Amino acid sequence: MTQPRTLYDKIWDDHVVDRQPDGTCLIYIDRHLVHEVTSPQAFEGLRLAGRPVRCPEKTIAVPDHNVPTTWDREAGIANEESRIQVETLDRNARDFAIHYYPVSDIRQGIVHIIGPEQGWTLPGMTIVCGDSHTATHGAFGALAHGIGTSEVEHVLATQTLIQSKSRNMRVEVTGSLGPGVTAKDITLSVIAATGTAGGTGHVIEYAGEAIRALSMEGRMTVCNMAIEGGARAGLIAPDDKTFDYVRGRPHAPKGARWEAAMAYWKTLQSDPGARFDKVVTLRAEAIAPVVTWGTSPEDAVAITGVVPHPEEFHGGKVEAARRSLDYMGLVPGTRMTDVAVDAVFIGSCTNGRIEDLRAAAAILRGRRVAPGVRAMVVPGSGLVRLQAEEEGLDAVFRGAGFEWRLAGCSMCLGMNPDQLAPGERCAATSNRNFEGRMGRGGRTHLMSPARAAAAAVTGRLADVRSLA
Amino acid sequence: MDRFTTLTGIAAPLPLVNVDTDMIIPKQFLKTIRRTGLGRNLFDEMRFTEDGREIADFVLNRPPYRKAEILVAGENFGCGSSREHAPWALLDFGIRCVIAPSFADIFHSNCFKNGILPVVLPQEAVDHLMEDAGRGANARLTVDLVAQTVTASDGRVFAFEVDPFRKHCLLEGLDDIGLTMEKVAAIDAFEARAAAARPWL
Ligand code: SF4
Repeated sequence: MTQPRTLYDKIWDDHVVDRQPDGTCLIYIDRHLVHEVTSPQAFEGLRLAGRPVRCPEKTIAVPDHNVPTTWDREAGIANEESRIQVETLDRNARDFAIHYYPVSDIRQGIVHIIGPEQGWTLPGMTIVCGDSHTATHGAFGALAHGIGTSEVEHVLATQTLIQSKSRNMRVEVTGSLGPGVTAKDITLSVIAATGTAGGTGHVIEYAGEAIRALSMEGRMTVCNMAIEGGARAGLIAPDDKTFDYVRGRPHAPKGARWEAAMAYWKTLQSDPGARFDKVVTLRAEAIAPVVTWGTSPEDAVAITGVVPHPEEFHGGKVEAARRSLDYMGLVPGTRMTDVAVDAVFIGSCTNGRIEDLRAAAAILRGRRVAPGVRAMVVPGSGLVRLQAEEEGLDAVFRGAGFEWRLAGCSMCLGMNPDQLAPGERCAATSNRNFEGRMGRGGRTHLMSPARAAAAAVTGRLADVRSLA
Repeated sequence: MDRFTTLTGIAAPLPLVNVDTDMIIPKQFLKTIRRTGLGRNLFDEMRFTEDGREIADFVLNRPPYRKAEILVAGENFGCGSSREHAPWALLDFGIRCVIAPSFADIFHSNCFKNGILPVVLPQEAVDHLMEDAGRGANARLTVDLVAQTVTASDGRVFAFEVDPFRKHCLLEGLDDIGLTMEKVAAIDAFEARAAAARPWL
């Protein structure tokens, strides 16, 4: 009998093109997603070497990081470097004949949102992108991870990647979440438990009742931040929710091909007795609604908690915590709900999907953004925006005093004009609270969409349960 | 890609954990469509004030370390974004080797593609080298990829592990794409097999 295998083992085995004696493998890539920031040097490399894109039909490009999210963006990008970068992608997509969603296309959006939305993301695939949050696609039971620009060029030229296999890690979340506790709280709590390097060298499979109970949107939120836990990728075994989400999408298989795909997809689970190198178990009941206090995603604390003292940590983290608190302008012992915010950002590939907007709008209905707070919502894609407008969510956001924007990465990393000013404090639904991430000197607190909406109306970090 | 065999040089101490790629090269410098010229913005927000003046006590602004070729840092170095601009910036500044107790995966792999050697050593060894690096120009470290050792200025030798294939590519300065192109027949064969087994792709 063959050895029981994990889901990761199975997808890996099905994509090995070549194995060297030392174990290094050549892995086939089913989908290659491309955005404007990490690809120009790769296309330039192809041109210099006179190489074509091996599989243009498996390559999908979209500009998302630099694009303005204001309503006048069709007028063009004011920042010259940003404009050149987007124009370079326009030209590369055309010259190499790859699938492309330009800024003017309603389907344009954050690459990790439109992949699943368009049905490019399917279970059992290998998916790469020159972007660390490619882990998002793991929610479909696809092996998806970020790569550097040299690897982008390698995939463009060969449709393969040179890889050594990672180790298997399983994160099990048992039981069911309490009221007001979300996928974002799961993923932040997992990172808080394992540390930002806890998953290094591993591919994480998320399992357990609480994961099963999540919608596809929630699963994407969880897998999106696998990289913040240091893992190469995050995976969730596909099930009926996955198939229902995929069915009928523009690039999903149809007819007999759909049936054949389903038969295969149903085999995509870890076998009973499959070996994991590392196992972490969390009880969903023990997961509190959390926010981050520091400048690393592992710095999560219950919203009912207080800013920690650096002395509570060990080793290099003591100094790091001191530096974080200094940067964040926070005093140990302060109640998190006493921390006032200047800005609120709802969006990003972590929480820019329709369900996220619905959750935030539910809090905002009949309420107003606190005076002096700048609040912005940036749908993850043009289609998410349309859907939200059909449901009247834009009116809720606008009525509450939020700016309603066009799709893009926006303030998540502030490559476009959406940035924090020095010292400005922001409640954000994105994934990174690094120094300067949202703008030089800007201070980011990560949280779920509902909690960000609650922060907007109270003007402070807030426990959404007190508003519900 | 330039080959890497041995390197003797000044090491700059950066005793921080979780140094992320946003710190190494902030996003405003990712708008370039080239690989070169990023060195002047390496660690930009830690190195310069907002109006562009040098922050005197940042390590790479201090005289001996302006010529640093090695960086010694805390665990989980290079976490965060996949931006290859991070190794490009290090390389453009002149850094060819980073020593830390651990690295984030993507950064680690990006280093090898650019002729930078990431060396993983136990915390205790890194602490020793960090102290050594603190002595500036008086304490040069020697990194020998062939022998897989780092030698401190006091002669203490620390052995490190490195993936044999990556070592080979770095020693020879080999281009991955060229190597893979030699396997095109295997890729063709795989595609034929996959098309039969998973026709919906
Ligand atoms: S939304 Fe943020 S994290 Fe996601 S791809 Fe864009 S910049 Fe990266």
